[in-house]
Amino acid sequence: MSELLDPVFLLGQLRSGLTTAMFLFLIASGLSLIFGVLKIINFAHGSLYMIGAYIAWNMTLVLGRTSLGFLGAVVVASLGVAALGFLVERFLLRFMYRREELYQLLFTYALVLIFSDACKFIWGTQPHSVSRPPLLSGSFDLLGVRFPHYDIFIILLGPIIAFGFWVLLNRTSYGRIIRAAALDREMLGALGTNVSWLYTGMFVLASFLAGLSGALVSPIKSVVPGMDVEIIIEAFIVVVIGGLGSLWGTLLGSLIYGLTLAFGILIFPRFSIFAAFVIMAAVLIVRPWGLMGRPVK
Amino acid sequence: MTPAMPTASARRIPWTFVLFLVAAAIPALGSRYYTFLATDIVIFAMFATSLNLLLGVTGLVPFGHAAYFGVGAYVCAIFMKDLGLPFLPAWLMGGLGGALFAAIFGFFCVRLTSVYFSMLTMAFAQIVWAICFKWNDVTGGEQGYPNVPMPSLAWMEWIPWIGGLRTDQKFFYLTLILAALSIAAMRRIVHSPFGRVLTTIRDNAERAQFIGINVRLYRLIVFTLAGGFAGLAGGLFGIFNRGVFPDFCYWPKSAEVLIMTILGGIHNFWGPSLGAALLILLNQYIVSYTEFWPFVLGLILLVLLFAFPGGVAGAVSALARRAFSFIAKG
Repeated sequence: MSELLDPVFLLGQLRSGLTTAMFLFLIASGLSLIFGVLKIINFAHGSLYMIGAYIAWNMTLVLGRTSLGFLGAVVVASLGVAALGFLVERFLLRFMYRREELYQLLFTYALVLIFSDACKFIWGTQPHSVSRPPLLSGSFDLLGVRFPHYDIFIILLGPIIAFGFWVLLNRTSYGRIIRAAALDREMLGALGTNVSWLYTGMFVLASFLAGLSGALVSPIKSVVPGMDVEIIIEAFIVVVIGGLGSLWGTLLGSLIYGLTLAFGILIFPRFSIFAAFVIMAAVLIVRPWGLMGRPVK
Repeated sequence: MTPAMPTASARRIPWTFVLFLVAAAIPALGSRYYTFLATDIVIFAMFATSLNLLLGVTGLVPFGHAAYFGVGAYVCAIFMKDLGLPFLPAWLMGGLGGALFAAIFGFFCVRLTSVYFSMLTMAFAQIVWAICFKWNDVTGGEQGYPNVPMPSLAWMEWIPWIGGLRTDQKFFYLTLILAALSIAAMRRIVHSPFGRVLTTIRDNAERAQFIGINVRLYRLIVFTLAGGFAGLAGGLFGIFNRGVFPDFCYWPKSAEVLIMTILGGIHNFWGPSLGAALLILLNQYIVSYTEFWPFVLGLILLVLLFAFPGGVAGAVSALARRAFSFIAKG
């Protein structure tokens, strides 16, 4: 238990916890956005993330292992997944909004199945890895703890995205319309907004984020089948803890999850994933709509 | 969403009994493969029917029903192998285990509705999965719990014809009888006054509350019952599978049984059984052609969602109704 008091060890855990948290925030923010506005629990969000990772891997082969090549791969992956999101929303999801929740869940699960096999079909089942862009492959030492530049980049990117979202939602006229759509779809339509295309826009934005986080995770985790199912559960825990549809809640949920995982290892080494589910259940029991969410009827 | 209304002539035939007889004839085909498939289908029919007590009857969407299936499988297997209990008491303990977990988790779950209910059931199921996955000393952890003993089937020796059959065929009969009893019990529950109250709650929980029904209590009772029957199904499956694995409780298993139930149709008592049979047969058929079964299943789901919102049983009964009314008109 002496580890508990070792500052170097604690700082290392803090670093890894924050990196996990910010990664999860990137992916969970899209999930939360879709629930907040479209009122749909999108299981396929993890699949979009996986597709983003595969496209990024494929593009680094084409563009080469330079920093610019990596940037290009990230851009292509994000835009490609956004385009896929556009097709899914316009041709399929659009017809599911008025259906019962059960059928909506089943629909997004059907997409999970289709996308997971499509990825196996296109990219095979063997794991792929992407090397970090040269510009971010270094690291520095602080108080004896190694801080890879890539981790720092991710830790900084999370708050930037959160701030960007906040500006979009609270300081622009689009944001006002989006918030109105979350509250009352019919009334907004009656006031002359094209809600149908607004929904498409939201889904495309969320898909873009999923593709982006998939591309950015590729240098850290290996790109394998099954990463979709694994991430969607983690993103769910985060979003449920923070509150479905709440941006700051998602950020809070990510931090709670990431730090629980990092420090839970100290207290019960084998049961840290267990702790995350317990927190999720506890939040649902006490405040079903999450720590910072609002009850949805 | 109106349930099927068979005409008088169709009602006179005891369909349930016919179904039982057809199922009982399967080992007579002699094929090990058909018996294997039939056992699988019977167990999952029972599991899916237990899910439908919540889904179609009470109007709750559980997303963690596999937890109780898994608990039943582990309890039954552990009681038989580690504690040396005979099959029947171990199997009943499995059902009791499922019911106990469902009662504890259900106490919290039934306080929530709609999507929050689904998510809390999933969270609890994942907790069960995490425990089974990590608790090496009892559940075998990630490696699973292998070599579950076969129940003693010696007592079947005196039954003419069945006595001379292979073990897998005898186990099929054991499964068929126990599943038929369980499904009959569930049918009794659905058609009892208690079941009618559940349907009232499904149709309008608020009104049910107004006329003095304790909605939460009813939901808790049916949640416990559903967990118990899922546990019984799990106990049989653990033996059939000759091992119990954490995957039994993992969330894709919960999704699988949900798909079966919806595929068959949730507004017909036999819908889930039909769905279990269809999904398992489709799986076997398609896997023999391509390894991309999930892809095909995804497409099937899309077709189901866009073309047959009432499930296959709903589509068949609508067709049957039209055919009967056509015949009646002459």
